[in-house]
Amino acid sequence: MSTPMVLAEQVHKSFGRLEVLKGIDLEVQRGEVMCLLGPSGSGKSTFLRCINHLEKIDAGRLSVDGHLVGYREAHGKLHELKEKETAKARSEIGMVFQRFNLFPHMTALGNVVEAPVLVCRKSRAEAEEAARTLLDRVGLADKVDAYPAQLSGGQQQRVAIARALAMEPKLMLFDEPTSALDPELVGDVLDVMRGLANEHQITMIVVTHEIGFAREVADTVVFMDGGVVVEAGEPEQVLTRPREERTRSFLGKVL
Amino acid sequence: MTEAPARLVAVPVRHYGRWISAVLVLTALAAVVYAFSRAAIDYGTTRRFLTADVIVSGAWHTLLISVLAQAMGIALGVVFAVMRLSKNPVNTSVSWFYIWLFRGTPVLVQLLIWYNLALVFPTMFGHPTSDVMTPFLAALLGLGINEGAYMAEIVRAGIGSVDDGQTEAAHSLGLTPGQTLRRVVLPQAMRVIIPPTGNEFINMLKTSSLAFTIQYAELLNGAVRVYTNNLQVIELLFTVSIWYLLLTSVFSFGQYFLERRFARGAQRELPATPLSRLVANLRTRPRA
Repeated sequence: MSTPMVLAEQVHKSFGRLEVLKGIDLEVQRGEVMCLLGPSGSGKSTFLRCINHLEKIDAGRLSVDGHLVGYREAHGKLHELKEKETAKARSEIGMVFQRFNLFPHMTALGNVVEAPVLVCRKSRAEAEEAARTLLDRVGLADKVDAYPAQLSGGQQQRVAIARALAMEPKLMLFDEPTSALDPELVGDVLDVMRGLANEHQITMIVVTHEIGFAREVADTVVFMDGGVVVEAGEPEQVLTRPREERTRSFLGKVL
Repeated sequence: MTEAPARLVAVPVRHYGRWISAVLVLTALAAVVYAFSRAAIDYGTTRRFLTADVIVSGAWHTLLISVLAQAMGIALGVVFAVMRLSKNPVNTSVSWFYIWLFRGTPVLVQLLIWYNLALVFPTMFGHPTSDVMTPFLAALLGLGINEGAYMAEIVRAGIGSVDDGQTEAAHSLGLTPGQTLRRVVLPQAMRVIIPPTGNEFINMLKTSSLAFTIQYAELLNGAVRVYTNNLQVIELLFTVSIWYLLLTSVFSFGQYFLERRFARGAQRELPATPLSRLVANLRTRPRA
């Protein structure tokens, strides 16, 4: 069996006295789409941020594609990675944020081109050509020269997805990508994500409240609450016939 | 077809207080002008020296030292602000010490120390210190290094004003901390950094007059040299005041438009210029 894309073993994380992750065990296979559901404060966003080392874990082991996140292991000891090594590791993982976090002083094209030019040392012309293709793929071919402030929330989020895809990541992390959007704009963003999952077989971990999307697109649905995984399984099983009472009561509130 | 609604007609509120205060202010102003017109001041001298060689060259030196010292201050400010925010404890300590030292001592004292360095280090790099540390260099170092301490705090505030999400997004794309700072954070911090920097420069134009004490031939130094000969002290001080007002007015005007430019994208509608505000005021003045 090949190494899983993400492997978490007893991952713990605290902010001060508040323990947010209380021992997470998860495995994400190559090409798998995993949706993380759960009430706010359940630790799902924190777990996602640990995967590309925006947060440091306190205990346990977390690895992406067989490499520990943030550390190197030698002679049975952990060594912290240098800033450049962490940057290199992050460049292979795409992340999409709830608040988009586009660079407001750059056009849509500029946002997408920035990392390939700076990090991958691509020529600007080559990066721009790839960026135009990506913006076309997310349905924004006519918005390449627009600044983020001139775009709707849904359009901004699709630029953010294109920006992450420009680095040709082996793993995409989505942190509540539609939670800050007006209801009628959610569909466009979900369509793009659906396309990534179905046509391009990108490994994705999606923190979301869109139960319908999870049911339709996810290979695995994970329900988290209070810093632990309450139950995980195929969408049909977790969403339709949940084993745990906590999952049932959560689904009862959001469906 | 509906008829246009009848326009509201209302008696405007009378502002008697404004009229009374305007009369009081004008009276006080007239008294001051009258006093100065009767004072023993030879305004012809003030006017004549406005274009005198020593004063014009002084104005040029004031401008030169201000621009150079401000540029040095900005460069030092960026470096020390970044050091202050770095994770490296050596960097943060050095930056803290620099700001503490140069913000905590008067700039006049700093100028005098630079200029008198020859007293304690007679030679520098094999040359007599008095040859190396010219009034120009002492003024540049004194004003520039002092300014750097203030600029460091301004740049730090600017960097702090940029949303953390920007740094996270840049990091998640694989940008190194240095690339993130240069390409993402600093360009966005500019909007917050520019207005106080304009202020600092206008201050610098005036603070540079302290360099007259170390024989740097700027405006005030020119005036002092003239009035120690002709004893027309106030006349010459008025001459340089007019020059300072001229310089600061030109740059205040420039700063105003620079700020408007950098406000773009942050405000939906640009604020009115003073001129357009005046025009609007006159147009809507209620008919009595």
